[in-house]
Amino acid sequence: MTKDDCKKLVIDIISDIAPDEDLTAIKPEIKLRDQLQLDSMDFLDIVMELRKRHGIEVPETDYGQLASLESCAEYLTPKFAQKS
Amino acid sequence: MKQSRIVITGVGLTAPNGNTLAEFRQNLLNGVSGITTIDVRYMGRHPAGLCTFDPLKYQKKKDVRIGTRVGSISIYCAREALADAGVNLDTRDKSRVGIYLGITEHGNVETENEVYNISQFKYDTKFWTHHHNPRTVANNAAGEVSLNLGITGPAYTIGAACAAGNMGLIHAAQMLRLGEIDFALGGGVSESPQTFGIFAGFKSQNALAAHADPTKASRPFDKARNGIVISEGGCIYTLERLEDAQARGAKIYGEIAGYCVNSDATDYVLPNPERQAECVRKAIAHAGMTIEDIDLVNTHATSTPQGDIQECLAIAEVFKDRSTPPHINNTKSFIGHCMGAAGALELAGNLPTFDDLIVHPTINVDELDPQCDIPGLVINQPKAAKRVDVILNNSFGMLGINSTLVIKRFVA
Repeated sequence: MTKDDCKKLVIDIISDIAPDEDLTAIKPEIKLRDQLQLDSMDFLDIVMELRKRHGIEVPETDYGQLASLESCAEYLTPKFAQKS
Repeated sequence: MKQSRIVITGVGLTAPNGNTLAEFRQNLLNGVSGITTIDVRYMGRHPAGLCTFDPLKYQKKKDVRIGTRVGSISIYCAREALADAGVNLDTRDKSRVGIYLGITEHGNVETENEVYNISQFKYDTKFWTHHHNPRTVANNAAGEVSLNLGITGPAYTIGAACAAGNMGLIHAAQMLRLGEIDFALGGGVSESPQTFGIFAGFKSQNALAAHADPTKASRPFDKARNGIVISEGGCIYTLERLEDAQARGAKIYGEIAGYCVNSDATDYVLPNPERQAECVRKAIAHAGMTIEDIDLVNTHATSTPQGDIQECLAIAEVFKDRSTPPHINNTKSFIGHCMGAAGALELAGNLPTFDDLIVHPTINVDELDPQCDIPGLVINQPKAAKRVDVILNNSFGMLGINSTLVIKRFVA
């Protein structure tokens, strides 16, 4: 899985977690919370969906790695690679 | 101490056969049932009543995702009631607004959904949602309304089994009279068809309706009735002290004349006609009226073989000395049993009678059960009335809770 593939999977999840948001112009380097209406509860939902849909565990100490789309890809792509 | 007069100034509702009072009423007069057949988890298809309002009229998609079905029902009804009343809460002190919603039960739907969810993951509880607790707290329905409208006054639910719909109005009236609030949203709500447990419970009790035609499944007083049709719905009223309503030139639907809430203290499930009759009598006395003043009785009857007879016994006993009986009808024959919303919705279906003097019937009576053949029953066709100035609304529930509400035509 490439980092771009990983970003698409994360955006798929965010589109369900924050269905009112326009995700077409999301900037990968900017923090998700600075460009979308996302709160800490939404990040718990993102963690849960990664677990449910992809079997990926994100420990609480690593939640900061999910700050932006770019950091998500950086952090999650190796985890997806370990699974495949 | 002279008590404030409390009036109803707005109605917001969603029922299986209507998403506004006008639509609901029209269908009650036209004999249109709202019952359909749904898939119930683990149980196959059963008759039930679902509502078709659009939650996105007043909520964002995310709020619908995070919240509950009954939260959406409550928000829709509260917003519709405010619009009907012509009240903009942003111009008012929201700390003086109270929200009181009757519920039969809450949390079954959300808990069942999560248990089913983790069953897909070998029952590993790390897949259990963190939304579970806010979704299942007993005040969920009222709390979601307070969040949606920014109301900072008291907002809570009243658990009273199927007597709960009346209780929301009664409690609102009490709080207005106590001066605890200046404006109330009171009524009842239910999301019960989303839980298989209620279907299964009634089925095991031999009290779940079954019929090849779902629109005929809810048939109070019919000899072949065989149980309850479980429905969702909501009905929320705006209530105000009369002087406040008049000061703003509000439309007034009716006045809370009296009420009673009592308990059977006899059985978990079986009703007690003596206590029901006592509840009705006390409500009439609380209104400062006699049995001669009651023009229309809306029954609680749920289409169970025993419960309908018990209520008929109670009503016949209370009104036995009347020269001419009051009109008696039933709304569940159209919409099934809307549980916590039942009392509030059934009252709404009859409030327009003050204006049009037409009593909506109880439908689906192909053969009247002789044990339910009480004087005044309006069967299958609407009936024109000479006078309807007072409506008496019954709602009874498990563990023997009874509520009766008396509403009178508003006369200044």
